[in-house]
Amino acid sequence: MAALGFLVVAAAGVAATVVGLAGVFGRAWTLSVPWLVPLGGLELALDPLGGLFLALIGAVAVPASIYAIGYAGGERRGVLAYLGFVVSMCAVPLAANLMTFAIAWELMALTSYFLVLHDRRAPDSVRAAWVYAVMSHAGLACLLAGMLLLSAWTDSWRFADWRAAAPGLSAAGRDLVFVLLAAGFLGKAGIIPLHVWLPLAHPAAPSHVSALMSGVMIKLGVYGLLRASFDWLGPGPAWWGVAVLLLGTASSVIGVLYALVDHDLKRLLAFHSIENIGIILIGVGAGMLYHGTGLEALALLGLAAGLYHTVNHAAFKALLFLAAGAVVHATGTRNMEEMGGLIKRMPWTAACFLAGSAAIAALPPSNGFVSEWLTFMALLQNTRLAQPALNLVFALGIAGLALTSGLAMACFVKAFGISFLALPRSEVAARAQEAPGSMRAAMVALALLCLGLGLGPTLVVPALLGVAAGLTGAVAPAAIGDWLTLSVPGHFGSLSTLAITLALGGGLLLPLVLLRLAGAARRVRRYETWGCGRVLQTARMEYTATAFSNPFKRVFDFFYRPEKRLEIAFHPESRLFVERIEYGNPTRAIFEDWLYRPALDALSALARRARVIQSGSANVYLAYILAALLVLLVLA
Amino acid sequence: MIVDLVIALVHVAVVAAGAPLLVGVLRTLKARLVSRRGPSPWQPYADLHKLLRKEAVVSTTTSWVFRVTPYVLVTTMLVAAVIVPVLASRTALPFAGIILLMYLFMLGTFFLALAGLDAGSAFGGMGSSRAVAVAALAEPTVILAVFALALRADTTNLGGIVERFAREPWLAANPGHLLAFAALFIVMLAETGRLPVDNPATHLELTMIHEAMVLEYSGRYLALVEWAGAMKLFLFMTLLTNLFFPWGMTSLVEPVPLLLALLALAGKLALLTAALALLETAMAKLRLFRVPELLAGSFALALLSVTAVFLVR
Repeated sequence: MAALGFLVVAAAGVAATVVGLAGVFGRAWTLSVPWLVPLGGLELALDPLGGLFLALIGAVAVPASIYAIGYAGGERRGVLAYLGFVVSMCAVPLAANLMTFAIAWELMALTSYFLVLHDRRAPDSVRAAWVYAVMSHAGLACLLAGMLLLSAWTDSWRFADWRAAAPGLSAAGRDLVFVLLAAGFLGKAGIIPLHVWLPLAHPAAPSHVSALMSGVMIKLGVYGLLRASFDWLGPGPAWWGVAVLLLGTASSVIGVLYALVDHDLKRLLAFHSIENIGIILIGVGAGMLYHGTGLEALALLGLAAGLYHTVNHAAFKALLFLAAGAVVHATGTRNMEEMGGLIKRMPWTAACFLAGSAAIAALPPSNGFVSEWLTFMALLQNTRLAQPALNLVFALGIAGLALTSGLAMACFVKAFGISFLALPRSEVAARAQEAPGSMRAAMVALALLCLGLGLGPTLVVPALLGVAAGLTGAVAPAAIGDWLTLSVPGHFGSLSTLAITLALGGGLLLPLVLLRLAGAARRVRRYETWGCGRVLQTARMEYTATAFSNPFKRVFDFFYRPEKRLEIAFHPESRLFVERIEYGNPTRAIFEDWLYRPALDALSALARRARVIQSGSANVYLAYILAALLVLLVLA
Repeated sequence: MIVDLVIALVHVAVVAAGAPLLVGVLRTLKARLVSRRGPSPWQPYADLHKLLRKEAVVSTTTSWVFRVTPYVLVTTMLVAAVIVPVLASRTALPFAGIILLMYLFMLGTFFLALAGLDAGSAFGGMGSSRAVAVAALAEPTVILAVFALALRADTTNLGGIVERFAREPWLAANPGHLLAFAALFIVMLAETGRLPVDNPATHLELTMIHEAMVLEYSGRYLALVEWAGAMKLFLFMTLLTNLFFPWGMTSLVEPVPLLLALLALAGKLALLTAALALLETAMAKLRLFRVPELLAGSFALALLSVTAVFLVR
């Protein structure tokens, strides 16, 4: 029964992919049912940008649903919420008026709230769901405020009318709407400092849902930002682009820094989502800046880089979450310190996780490398912009992106090395079993998708340039390189992942042949790891994830602010003997401590003040109502 | 097509065959500087030959990642040799950009660090953790220094940069150029595991980075790892000399100009090797947690270099 539900979602995903791809390649389509929804009726429209995100949702929903058949098994709870989640996500990029959009957006938040609350008895899940609900509704409030302002000023609920009327609005009004909409959309995207819900909610949900939330749901925040800043409001002042670029840079670096010291496998991946949304926004922000200053070719390049990374991140992050889910399924723990040695027990999962790690660490020739390369190409060409202040912003973006990719590589050495290599660190890891067929099939399909996206940028990039051109109103360049090589306009740089792959293959043959020619010994002796002469090797002697990330903790201690806790209980007779030593080196979450804690304290102080007027007597409340009525009548 | 293939083969041959010699010369020079006789410059070839004949001992704890890594390392270095303009300013892969090169090196580091963890020994993990920390912190410097170069050459293509600076040498007359060189030089020390970041001659557990990571390798696997390490050093030094001093490089693919270019390269590399030997003799290894300060310094140099380019434009 449950399996049937997942199959239905998979079929819907295939349909969404097909419709979305048709939209990307220019098929337009509208649907209007005026009586269904109040204030403007249900109105859906397909355009290239919406089509791209629709296809993305569908393409991730298919493997996630197939995976769920093996993962969630016959469990019926959550199937309906899952169905509602996927359908409402599909409706968001299609919505063409305010009411349709708001309903789809809120349904998406509600259904995912229920999915986060999957494990109702775990206090962590309950807290995660609570924070998620609060943050997503604060975001919704911002969104509604911005959209209602727009609709009041343009006197229409329809997005098409906003587009036509927006250039006539005052600059201050457009800025206000941009700030409100950006706050709402970027909160959904999980950008720093609006990220607090993301590392709680994503790990709490079942893994196929985490894959969808991290892979596509947070991308709808990026969709909304693109829609708002290019489509609804038109080209904005330079500071919009600067703000997006700097926020993206900060999020990418801070996201990966958090991931480095987190040893919960799924939470680590959630922090990497913050990082990758940051990388996407670096591309988008560059596109906005170039668009505002009239460099249309570069604006297209920046946007295409951001969109490519959006697609790539959906593929490899879904893959990583599914593989992490398989590990959690097999071991029953999310703590990396209790894993290890899984590559021998779960070879398929390990290979898929390694493929995803290579992609997210942007190692050539993976898909993540191609989109980061494109982003670099867009950023490095800022010299065509003769404004030193803006050039400095770009230089910061370049350095931030480079640091991020280096740290991401380090983090995935930790994630894969500690979880999958060496000896098992616990009983559960030693007894782990490979995932069932449907889960393996889903992971392999996503790994192949990553591979295809890495090898075929010459097919993908022109389509994305078309989508970007639809946003900026420029003409997409007819060709960007040839079938083999992707080249950036102006001979600034070019890349062919296909040729690199061939070269790597050829390069691999060379040492093999040379070793044979040199007459190298082919004998291999299997023996234990060298251990300074000790008798046996146990997992306690392995390097732990905590130890692995310690250099980073020390280098970036101004950010982590680690506390050293050392408690020694001495023997009552003599201080020379020690009964117990406890050592802890926890990091502090500075955003929670310095931003959210004071804000929440202020809010509760305000609530205490407001209690003065809450007497509890019905007569006083009746008096309030009368007073309010009188005031309203006077005002009217 | 044929020309490209010839260039690729020549460049790969020069890098693959010359790398052990570079390491040998460096060792000999360092020994002479401290009044030791030192080994012959050809010693690394003998070492590789010896290792190839020995049987390999592989830990039972390891997986296929451990055995694949030496091949991956050598492969990335060979492909990097196709990308770097070694003798001719034209490279076989026309899209050879510096960003691709840096990410190829990162691919090698990624696998080597995994192999370090694979045997389950604390040394390997320690080396991996330190190696990825150094590599990650060096990354922003590289990209910014490259940006400073790409700014003036108007391309990120390595061959393009070399050709542009060879054609218009006055472009290099910019303080930004010198700063970028200094920044990249420090990164080279970090990335190739030289003093003061890492000491390639030590096997003291608590100080080593690269040597700790490859501690479990033996036999032909160790030979491949050592060879790849030598090639990385060769490639980095060639890149430094050719990007900043492109004299003597050829744009023709004919025997005589190529031979002259080889001599020029040998001369330039000899000078840089002597400088490196002097530096390594004069300096002590930095404490591990002072290394980030050095890298932050090199990052500041790279940032200054970019700023200088904008100001002096």
